[in-house]
Amino acid sequence: MAKPRAQLLQGNEAIALGALAAGCNFFAGYPITPASEITERMSREMPARGYPFIQMEDEIASIGCCIGGSLAGKKVMTATSGPGFSLMQENLGYACIAEVPLVVVNVMRGGPSTGLPTNVAQGDVQQARWGTHGDHPAIVLCPATVAQCYELTITAFNWAERFRTPVVLLSDEVVAHMREKVVLPEPHEIEVIDRRQPTVPPDWYVPYKTDGSLIPQLANLGEGYRYHVTGLVHDERGFPTRRADEVEPFYNRLFGKISRHFADLERVKAYQLDDAEMVIIAYGCTARAAAAAVRIGRERGLKVGMLQLMSIWPFPRRPVEEALTGKRLALVPELNMGQISREVKRVNDGRTQVLRHGKMDGSMITPDEILGRLREAK
Amino acid sequence: MPPVHRSVVYDWLRHDKKFPHVWCPGCGLGILLGSLLRSLVESGLDKNQVVLVSGIGCSGRLPVYVDVNSVHTTHGRALTFATGIKLAKPELKVITVMGDGDATAIGGNHLIHAARRNLDITAIIVNNQTYGMTGGQYSPTTPLGAKATTAPYGHREPSFDISALSATAGASFVARSTVYHVTQLDQLLGQAIAKPGFGVVEVLSPCHTNFGRQNRLGSQVDMMKEFKRKGMRVERWRELPEGKRAESIPLGVLVDRDLPVFGQSYDRICDAASRRGEAGK
Ligand SMILES: Cc1ncc(C[n+]2csc(CCOP(=O)(O)OP(=O)(O)O)c2C)c(N)n1
Ligand code: SF4
Repeated sequence: MAKPRAQLLQGNEAIALGALAAGCNFFAGYPITPASEITERMSREMPARGYPFIQMEDEIASIGCCIGGSLAGKKVMTATSGPGFSLMQENLGYACIAEVPLVVVNVMRGGPSTGLPTNVAQGDVQQARWGTHGDHPAIVLCPATVAQCYELTITAFNWAERFRTPVVLLSDEVVAHMREKVVLPEPHEIEVIDRRQPTVPPDWYVPYKTDGSLIPQLANLGEGYRYHVTGLVHDERGFPTRRADEVEPFYNRLFGKISRHFADLERVKAYQLDDAEMVIIAYGCTARAAAAAVRIGRERGLKVGMLQLMSIWPFPRRPVEEALTGKRLALVPELNMGQISREVKRVNDGRTQVLRHGKMDGSMITPDEILGRLREAK
Repeated sequence: MPPVHRSVVYDWLRHDKKFPHVWCPGCGLGILLGSLLRSLVESGLDKNQVVLVSGIGCSGRLPVYVDVNSVHTTHGRALTFATGIKLAKPELKVITVMGDGDATAIGGNHLIHAARRNLDITAIIVNNQTYGMTGGQYSPTTPLGAKATTAPYGHREPSFDISALSATAGASFVARSTVYHVTQLDQLLGQAIAKPGFGVVEVLSPCHTNFGRQNRLGSQVDMMKEFKRKGMRVERWRELPEGKRAESIPLGVLVDRDLPVFGQSYDRICDAASRRGEAGK
């Protein structure tokens, strides 16, 4: 067998390649810095495979088009940045309530509004959780390296398909544009999950009636199972309902199908945490600076470690609790004014002292800044 | 065209869906529903092959009653979902049902781009000159001077001509009818469904509950009589002197032309791309 080849890849390219490896066969998007490379790459890759690619008139149309494609059975993705992600919010909620598998990449840049279009930021963390209206579950993944861009895009597809829900891949400008050496796995090493299909004939089919998994086996449009898809709360047959005895079980199932798998949905990486007295909790490009801070700090005799969050929502409560337990100090550096540090404080529950380090000047947090904060706090 | 038997129409309705429907008694949407069912049956389509996609509004509630694949989307976005469905499964017959607000206000951008792209989708646009579902606010087709719940002193904006807009934006087929002219409506819907490329059928329909009442237009029957009085075959209408045209509404096929259809041109791109890919190997 040929030796796996190392490649020099950009984060955005790795997302496009990860999507293809996961079986993505439909892409609709609208250009925006710093996500355009994904759309451009897909415009080359999709037609060459005979798959639909389309640049729509805006991001609302892009996500709508993706939802349509997914309902018809395709594995779909769209990619954008803050302004486009804001436009997508209503239809993101639609995908959630109608249980449509979908991957949305949001490459974060400085906001709000046009903000700092070419600078890095991590300001969309809470938006990715709560951006669409109404209470709802959300799954959000966050890569820090080019290899993770590839790997987490595959995970995003697998979870979207498995849970029949939109999954957001929250990248950032630094991770998106950075080039790193990566060795991509061989196709046979990649686990690909596809949505379950109905197991009963059309006559017996009740689209939203679920087995123990709470996840409906929705048929692809045009395959003989005629049913109704709607953004209204619906009964088991898919028809709109306002009956409390149907509405409540509906919401319970929508949340339950995700919440019963919280443990499965935790993706974190621990760096030198075993003997650490101080823990840095970081994600995205900031986790890179944090890793460097751990390395340098260790050289200087600081007992510091890092927990990188690769899944942000549902918030990986258990591993964070574990990382906080027995520590003297926890520091949460991030390119916003405290969107994840407040979550860490919420789960901390008196375990240790949690400090935030927020930065919003359009640049990355440096290892020195992190070490400085740790020194101050000592 | 022989009349489609009632039992056939009955067969295409969803009886397990809790009828009665949500519409006001006398609303034109029920007539459109009947007309659409007849034209679907007449077109010889299989139920499994048809996807009805709608936005939000009274018109948006139409697909739920039809025993086909039905997708009730978000306000204004029916055409974006429809585009995705058609790209994913070109063999399906994708038909959208939208209100005038749905299609030309919040969804106006999607309408012009769907027409420009000329994907093979049929768009039925129900023009009742108001926002029916939300209580009679003004829409892009509310006539100048008319009353609306958000225009208590009379509407101050000129209105869109939905058919002209669709034609200018590049649709292959554009037709207009009313829920009074049912036989014509049946035929036009059938023609639009059969036509490759983007086809628009603008359907004038009375909303007596909201638009009619505020503007003292009488009952739904009175509003239907107005359609009868004003409706004129477009061929005749074109022969009217310019000054007389505004008094009548031209009905029938307004545009019918053969233009490149998006799916076909995309297939050619795929062929070229895969050949280039193979050459590069
Ligand atoms: C994003 C958004 N804005 C506003 C609404 C509220 N809304 C629901 S239907 C509607 C207008 C309906 O009018 P039209 O599209 O003409 O359809 P009709 O009810 O007259 O058939 C509006 C404004 C909504 N559902 N979504
Ligand atoms: S409000 Fe108007 S458009 Fe809506 S159902 Fe009633 S009559 Fe029809």
